[in-house]
Amino acid sequence: MSTVPTDRKYSPTHEWFLPAGDLVTIGITKFAADQLTDITFVDLPAVGSSVPAGEAFGEIESVKATSELWSAVGGEVVEVNGVLADDPGLVNTDSFGQGWMLKVRVKDAAPLAGLMDAVAYEAMLAGS
Amino acid sequence: MLKKTPLHSYHVQRGARMVEFAGWEMPLLYTGIVEEHQHTRRVASVFDVSHMGRIIFTGPEAKGLLQRVCTRQLGTAEVGQCCYGHVCNEDGGILDDVIISRYEDRWLMVCNASNRDRVLAWLRQHAPQTGVQIDDITESTLMVAIQGPASLDMLSRKLPFPIAGLKRYRFLAGSYFGTRYTIFRSGYTGEDGAELILPASVAPLLTGLLGGGDGGESGLRPAGLGARDTLRLEAGMPLYGHELHEATDSLSAGLPWCVDLNKDFIGRDRLRQIAADGPARRLVGLALEGRRIARQGATVVQADKPVGEVTSGTFSPTLQQSIAMAYVRSDLAKPGSRIAVDLGGRVVPAVIVALPFYRRKTA
Repeated sequence: MSTVPTDRKYSPTHEWFLPAGDLVTIGITKFAADQLTDITFVDLPAVGSSVPAGEAFGEIESVKATSELWSAVGGEVVEVNGVLADDPGLVNTDSFGQGWMLKVRVKDAAPLAGLMDAVAYEAMLAGS
Repeated sequence: MLKKTPLHSYHVQRGARMVEFAGWEMPLLYTGIVEEHQHTRRVASVFDVSHMGRIIFTGPEAKGLLQRVCTRQLGTAEVGQCCYGHVCNEDGGILDDVIISRYEDRWLMVCNASNRDRVLAWLRQHAPQTGVQIDDITESTLMVAIQGPASLDMLSRKLPFPIAGLKRYRFLAGSYFGTRYTIFRSGYTGEDGAELILPASVAPLLTGLLGGGDGGESGLRPAGLGARDTLRLEAGMPLYGHELHEATDSLSAGLPWCVDLNKDFIGRDRLRQIAADGPARRLVGLALEGRRIARQGATVVQADKPVGEVTSGTFSPTLQQSIAMAYVRSDLAKPGSRIAVDLGGRVVPAVIVALPFYRRKTA
């Protein structure tokens, strides 16, 4: 199994959350991207819109399936990875890096404390 | 308990992601669906299609039985020829799409894995008491498809048979050092290529011969069911359970060339009626705006009214375009017609285009 970065938090639905100050960058894990197979489209909210905590903020489509993207934290979208519009395959090839999706300015980062760290997330994958 | 093909250990060794398909454990992908798709279009890939049903018919009544259950005229089939056709119910509904091959001393039907039991039962039900023997050889044999522009050259270098001289939908059959083989020039990808049927026992020999399928950028590589599906969709080829099923028919599916209304077969009367009236719905190709994929079951709409239903869709790796096949009301089923597809509340504009979406360049 590939190791997952230890600098961020993980949801049971395979999103990752990387906090830096009051900004949180959101993406999906390599495991999720592999399961989806080749990603063909990522539907993300516009800059300036707000993402509610604990709800879907977008959709991701692959050759095989469509699935929702979920955020643990709420806040204002300050940046969207525009490169994904033309090159959604980046989510497959660099899930934890260039395949990032959103940067959200959060008011309340507390929900992150309830997510898994890398060790717990890897344990979940190993058990699945 | 899922069935395993004779090439199962090869798939596992190559790191394939295995999935259930029609009761079989099959490779979905090895490295990636799009990568395998593109390698097939550029070079050549090997697909394990051993899950497909292979049924042998022998005896003086074999031909008569096949003529009775198949839409296609087999009377003119020559030894060494394969014929694509449909097996229909009494109402003209499609029970399966099959390829029937005429050997010197027998006939072979290749059917879909998902329909194998049903087709076997149907054939046995309609077979006369004597004069035809039906043998299911699916599990004692293996079947692989080698597809792509380089496939025939590669095979010709590895096998001592005149493969390059074989015409489309023809086959070579024989025995080589005691191994019974059939090599068809056929496939399900829109590329040139061959399909081989061999005894299950030669699986290790075959993977060795194919170089383990580890040919790198310019060599033969394995491809899974994922790529097989996107390849056949670009090539506008129907898939049972999607474009073909019991609630549709050969004419609505746009395949009148595989139906001979002048011979006697099960379902003919209904098909004659449909031919006379014209189908109410027809299978068409759709090109959608944007990158979203229209999946099976999505509603085709025009002016907010439902006018059809999507049967398959993908994001075409070759065309970089969202494509789909759909049944659409006949009066709208013309290339250039502007319609839309409802993707879970999001209505995406689309245009009807001629099939296939992709046609290989022929020399």
